[in-house]
Amino acid sequence: MKKHDIQFKLNGEKIAITVEPNDVLLDVLRGRLGIKSPKVGCDRGDCGTCTVLLDGRTIRSCLALAVEADGAEIVTLEGANTTRKWTQRLQKKFHEKNAFQCGFCAPGVILSATELLETNPKPSEHEIKEAIAGNLCRCTGYEPIVEAIAETVKGK
Amino acid sequence: MPITAEFDYVKPKDMDEALQVFSRYGDKARALAGGTDLVVHLKEGLAKPEVVVDIKALAELSGFALKGGVLRIGALATFAELIASPLIKSKFPVLWEASLTVASVGVRNRATVAGNICSAVPSADSAPALAVYEAEVLVRGLKGLRRIPIGEWFTGPKKTALLPGELVTALELKLPEKKHGGCYMKLARYEGEDLAQGGVAVLALADNTYRVAVCALGPKPGRCPKTESALNANKLSDKVLATAKEAILQEISPIGDIRSSKEYRLHMAQIMLERAAGHAVARLFGKGPAYGTENIA
Repeated sequence: MKKHDIQFKLNGEKIAITVEPNDVLLDVLRGRLGIKSPKVGCDRGDCGTCTVLLDGRTIRSCLALAVEADGAEIVTLEGANTTRKWTQRLQKKFHEKNAFQCGFCAPGVILSATELLETNPKPSEHEIKEAIAGNLCRCTGYEPIVEAIAETVKGK
Repeated sequence: MPITAEFDYVKPKDMDEALQVFSRYGDKARALAGGTDLVVHLKEGLAKPEVVVDIKALAELSGFALKGGVLRIGALATFAELIASPLIKSKFPVLWEASLTVASVGVRNRATVAGNICSAVPSADSAPALAVYEAEVLVRGLKGLRRIPIGEWFTGPKKTALLPGELVTALELKLPEKKHGGCYMKLARYEGEDLAQGGVAVLALADNTYRVAVCALGPKPGRCPKTESALNANKLSDKVLATAKEAILQEISPIGDIRSSKEYRLHMAQIMLERAAGHAVARLFGKGPAYGTENIA
């Protein structure tokens, strides 16, 4: 396998790294770049806990090859909470509403909610549920999550 | 989970370069667009290519446009792009409605329509919509361009008419000449992210003709001509629907699996046909539920 030298922006910082063609983005973020908010869950695109923003849109980092990140801008929860308008407000509201228990899904849910609010700052309850449908939570039963997102927009 | 398979990665800058690679490697090359299926297949060892060809630098494959009554959807167009498009929503509402049911936001941001039909799983949500709009699949190889009608594209579960050395470049859909309403009805275990246990698309045209197509109700998605004949030139009455519901049973051959039994799928196919046909006709006349709001879960 021919290795590839790639460059991308990660949470505002320029990264230059050499990767193998079969390196998965999630594994490179966690294993080599110290970014631990995206988690390894189902590892096949179903659970959403590996969510990161690639050029502003949520993607499954378990389903992207690291080499595909060349030239892209990646933002994870570590960077989003200081650079994206809604992220820190969401985090505070999630904390206040007890919208996570074990916390394994929370980074993915909060990034999905960030993307939703950036494109649709007045979502209906249905739109909130649809936006996080790809983020599985096994603790909360989702109700406090939906409430936390709804109340974030209301600024309560 | 790391990928244990070893392969090379190339990202061609133009179509000639890409076709050279596909020609040289044949079935040992796999195209990478959104990767939402391919990367899973690489992880699970279902795909063992020698080279992965990232086609995302081929600008001519991106986007979609309606010209002269033909919608051309580039191979790089994602479900998220289709959903965000007022053009798709107003002119090809069944495709728009079906796109909303594909996986979840984070998958739709990457997954392409072309990739959906290349994976060719029996439950491909885009397939019934493409079938009722009589799509053609455009594929390129070093020998030139082929146009494959969607009805000949799927050759079996996860199997297509694509030959080694070829690349899907676009899909072309004909805008129905007559006014139309439609519906894609998906049966899932719950709202949100789930594979179809069955899917039925109906297009009702202003001259009382109908197009019906299904997914997840047989080894491959596709049209249901007998069901269409039962509906054609008829106003939807209980009697007509009863005949059509008998007809669809002759055209589908669902399996029983972990998500539902064969009997349940047969029963629900009839229910989905009845509801989808009803919504399609209502929408033709500007009534009925808004697109994207009706599914069975």
